[in-house]
Amino acid sequence: MSAALKIPTFDVEKIRADFPILSQTVHGKKLVFLDSAASAQKPRAVIDAMVHAMETQYANVHRGLHFMSERTSDAYEAVRGKVATLLNAPSPETIVFTRNATESINLVAQTFGRASLKSGDAIVISEMEHHANIVPWQMLRDSHGIELRIARITDSGEIDFDSLEQQFADGRVKLLAITHMSNVLGTYTPAERLAKFAHAHGARILLDGSQAIVHRAVDVQVLDADFYVFSGHKLYGPTGIGVLYGKPEILDAMPPFMGGGDMIASVSYQKSTWAKPPQRFEAGTPAILETIGLGAAIDYVQHIGFPAIAAHERALTDHAIATLSNIEGLKILGTAQDRGGVISFTMQNAHAHDIATLLDRQGIAIRAGHHCAEPLMGRLGVTSTARASFALYTTAAEIDALAAGLTRVKQILT
Amino acid sequence: MSDTAELYQSLIMDRTKNPRHAGKPATFDAEAEGDNPMCGDRVHVYLRRDGTLVTHESRGCAIMTASADLMADAVKNLTPEQIAARKTAFEAMVNTGAENPELGDLNALAGVSEYRSRIKCATLPWSALAAALQEPKHD
Repeated sequence: MSAALKIPTFDVEKIRADFPILSQTVHGKKLVFLDSAASAQKPRAVIDAMVHAMETQYANVHRGLHFMSERTSDAYEAVRGKVATLLNAPSPETIVFTRNATESINLVAQTFGRASLKSGDAIVISEMEHHANIVPWQMLRDSHGIELRIARITDSGEIDFDSLEQQFADGRVKLLAITHMSNVLGTYTPAERLAKFAHAHGARILLDGSQAIVHRAVDVQVLDADFYVFSGHKLYGPTGIGVLYGKPEILDAMPPFMGGGDMIASVSYQKSTWAKPPQRFEAGTPAILETIGLGAAIDYVQHIGFPAIAAHERALTDHAIATLSNIEGLKILGTAQDRGGVISFTMQNAHAHDIATLLDRQGIAIRAGHHCAEPLMGRLGVTSTARASFALYTTAAEIDALAAGLTRVKQILT
Repeated sequence: MSDTAELYQSLIMDRTKNPRHAGKPATFDAEAEGDNPMCGDRVHVYLRRDGTLVTHESRGCAIMTASADLMADAVKNLTPEQIAARKTAFEAMVNTGAENPELGDLNALAGVSEYRSRIKCATLPWSALAAALQEPKHD
């Protein structure tokens, strides 16, 4: 353990014992999992909640008049309440369940975008967006005649407010769709300030919280977010369940996304009418078990508490930056003041994929590539980076193992 | 060094750092590009149809660059049909890990078979070469 790491406010080893997979070995080495920003591992509580539901209380939701269906509906809807509490949303009805953050953004593009934006309107995104917050807007642009504008980032990897001003100058921007924390640079964006900025210019704001939700307490009312999206699987929950928060009056005015069961008020061959939000946006049998798993994940992180999680990850990030910066030829991308446990780096004479392969042989899992952010790679002047990302179960010893592994990689590749 | 470095043996590292066949030749008959959208790796292959020359411009990982350079050696003076056969043999070798005596130095890449996500790095130059053979140069 390094002296640089302050004692966390929770017992990491106790936390680690909650995650069965962390005791696995890879290539005969102890698993060092530093790819949680892609998808996090699952605690026993999540696994058990899903198994328990399948074993004891499962049926389709919102349909059956029988005991099992009613109990499952209750369990499913209870999670909506948990998500609302997690986000401090004004009511459970502002929480729409989707497959993931990608689907949440597509939902907004296809409903709010099609209904509220007209030809000549503009949407602004930033230079550090995930493809999930670029492509749906491009598709809307191409089908709907709106304009897609890009706000610059500074060399430190922070939002350039001068550029943002310029993009908004002509008053045609109706939506700012922007990350709350970069999946490449780890930068937190000043969400509250961005929301004020957008609103002052008559635009709505959508925050992509896929990364931020894992590391910090999020209060959509304090942020004054119009939309907030995230995926369950990065928050220690299962895959296949995501969240869209929307302000009640905005959701209420939005047309449906997909058509099918559960999203209607009534159906005839001549005409169907739509259910109220959130059901209006949840066509078909939802991801019932995954939603229940997400509920368990939220309980799990809430029990530990975001102040402790944030403090732990802050200490890890500081330790990682200090440790990795000591490796000659290694360059950490971005120097934002406010950053979290996602660190992208390059190494002289070493391609990110070669780094990842050689670390993998030592049991260390990192991500290498463009991280679904090709335009950002272009902005940074690289084609790919290596990325280490941390979670509440990450230890300082694992970061030291990464540093030792990278030193070894250097020996082999240079 | 232990198995950590097995794939990155001296032949591969040598060809990555000092490729013998890198660059755009003054004259060539055909060219094609291969890219891997997963990582942004890119290889551009140039050739003369009489088989006397294959070169590459590589921007990518050690495996891809070494594979491109070893490929340029391995296909010299071969007919398009022979190149196609060698490509098939090479792809089988990197997928199974079974070395093939006919492939000579290319067998240095057999270790790639253990890394599913890296097989494409090794085969990318061969795909570009096959495309170049089909696509005549347009001036």
